[in-house]
Amino acid sequence: MKHKFKSILRQLALTLLVIWTVVSLVTLMIGLVPGSPADAILGETATAEQKAAFNAKHGLDKPLFFFSFSSETGFVWNGPDNQYVDYFKGLLRGDLGTSFRTDRAVSEMIAERYPATIKLALASMLVAIGIALPLGLVAGTNKNGIKDNVASFIALLGISLPTFVIGPVLVYIFAVKLGWFSPTGSLYPEDIILPAVTLGAALSAILTRMIRSSVIEELGEDYVRTARAKGLSERKVVLKHVLKNGLIPVVTILGLQLGVLLAGSIITEKIFGWQGLGLLLLDDGINKRDYRLVQGCVLVISLTYIIANLLTDFIYGRLDPRIRLS
Amino acid sequence: MNRLFYIGVAIAAVIVLMAVFAPWIATQDPNVQDLTARFLTPSTEHWFGTDQLGRDIFSRVVYGARISMIVGITVVLICGTIGIFIGSVAGFYGKWTDKFLSGYLFNVFLAFPGLLLAIGLVAFGGSGLRNMIFALCIIGWVGYARVMRGQVLKVREYDFVLAARALGASNSRILSTHIMPNAIQPLIVQASLGMAGAVLAEASLSFLGLGIPPPAPSWGTMIEDARNFFTIYPHTLFFPGLAIALTVLAFNFIGDGLREYLDPKQRAR
Repeated sequence: MKHKFKSILRQLALTLLVIWTVVSLVTLMIGLVPGSPADAILGETATAEQKAAFNAKHGLDKPLFFFSFSSETGFVWNGPDNQYVDYFKGLLRGDLGTSFRTDRAVSEMIAERYPATIKLALASMLVAIGIALPLGLVAGTNKNGIKDNVASFIALLGISLPTFVIGPVLVYIFAVKLGWFSPTGSLYPEDIILPAVTLGAALSAILTRMIRSSVIEELGEDYVRTARAKGLSERKVVLKHVLKNGLIPVVTILGLQLGVLLAGSIITEKIFGWQGLGLLLLDDGINKRDYRLVQGCVLVISLTYIIANLLTDFIYGRLDPRIRLS
Repeated sequence: MNRLFYIGVAIAAVIVLMAVFAPWIATQDPNVQDLTARFLTPSTEHWFGTDQLGRDIFSRVVYGARISMIVGITVVLICGTIGIFIGSVAGFYGKWTDKFLSGYLFNVFLAFPGLLLAIGLVAFGGSGLRNMIFALCIIGWVGYARVMRGQVLKVREYDFVLAARALGASNSRILSTHIMPNAIQPLIVQASLGMAGAVLAEASLSFLGLGIPPPAPSWGTMIEDARNFFTIYPHTLFFPGLAIALTVLAFNFIGDGLREYLDPKQRAR
């Protein structure tokens, strides 16, 4: 018990440390902008006064970090009144700053669009499981047979075909040729199907391979022999015993892939005009050089990813007694 | 070696040759526009047809291989070098060095979804070949470092390391001449899969408009350009899409084949 408590504490401490580093990196990324954000937003025609007012309004007139270093000035100590401290203070209050373009709170803009991205990520996860489960089972129970080779090839194809190729192909077939769905937009409930399949394709391929090797491994275990010896049908052995144990590693992958789906949704959202966080980051953030919004989006996606990973670790530990005990 | 490995090697060889001999293979200048010959379907003159500006798609796909290979090979070489160094140090020295490197630093870089960090870095630092390679290297080295660390942890316990130590060899000598050469093998798998990943990431960033700026014929940019017209002119998207898919598939085949070959347990499955 004491050991378990200690390991949870250690994991939480590590997660906090990682979060702190990620937030620091995102905060300091603004220093990479060539020239200054004011130049990028206001353009070359803006006067020095306009730029100064812009910088003051967004706290950009302060130094970026506690210290700075350049070949001309050398090492300069800037003190605690800097952008880094301001951003952290805001973050603790749930304030991600104000958009450089719209003057709206970044947290408010993200909150509007985040549910659509989560919805898409979860839907694509369901699609991935729906494809991978039967495919992986068929492949695993027919090791090295034709069915296995076909399923494995489909899986490899899913990994190799990028989202931005699968997406337009699906649009061409199901929206343009067959007319079953609208090619873009997120107005009607069925609009989620094509983006979810596009985003879930790669994950379904990864899961298929995972389930396949998991099933092959479990089929060689003693309990399977016992179940067969008891006279259970092969179908029951696979569905009741093998699948239950074989799915444990899949849970880990699912958790880890949630973050990948959130990041990958940027491309899918662009293809289908899905009004989620990815499109907000791309269209309103990057393309309009609204760096404060970019910071907010990158941060929120990263934090979701980290938290999903942490939860996965806990769930994984609970599912498999061997992991819990070790 | 399984059959898919050889298919992968054959496809990869064609793509590498295409990249190296692009000026001789391409039938036309990839950037020359001909607005009187827009959206031509594949023919003997334009093998893959032409795009919205009348540029020859075959020649652009051939030159696109050059960009993909330059990015892929550079990223794999840089990431591999950094990963081998950091992974070796973490695995060999252990204790606090390992706790900091594998317990903290690896986790920080794994905490970011890779593509997102690359997007963030390019968004702030600006697009272009150099920034893109930099962004892909920042996210890519951890995979190599983790594999290398695991390998070094295993190899450092072997008797020949003990023998070298008994003979009075220094830490750096043991690491560089005894451990590293014996630990590096599984990194070939990582490099092959990393190549597929880098090609895909380059195309993804270019598709998002964050890669190499136009008119450079990047496969990702070609797909982005074709997106608005492909429902009427599918060939504009088909060929660059096929090029990316085949390249990624080839390096995945090679990686999978090598992994199976190097890992007898996998081979038995």
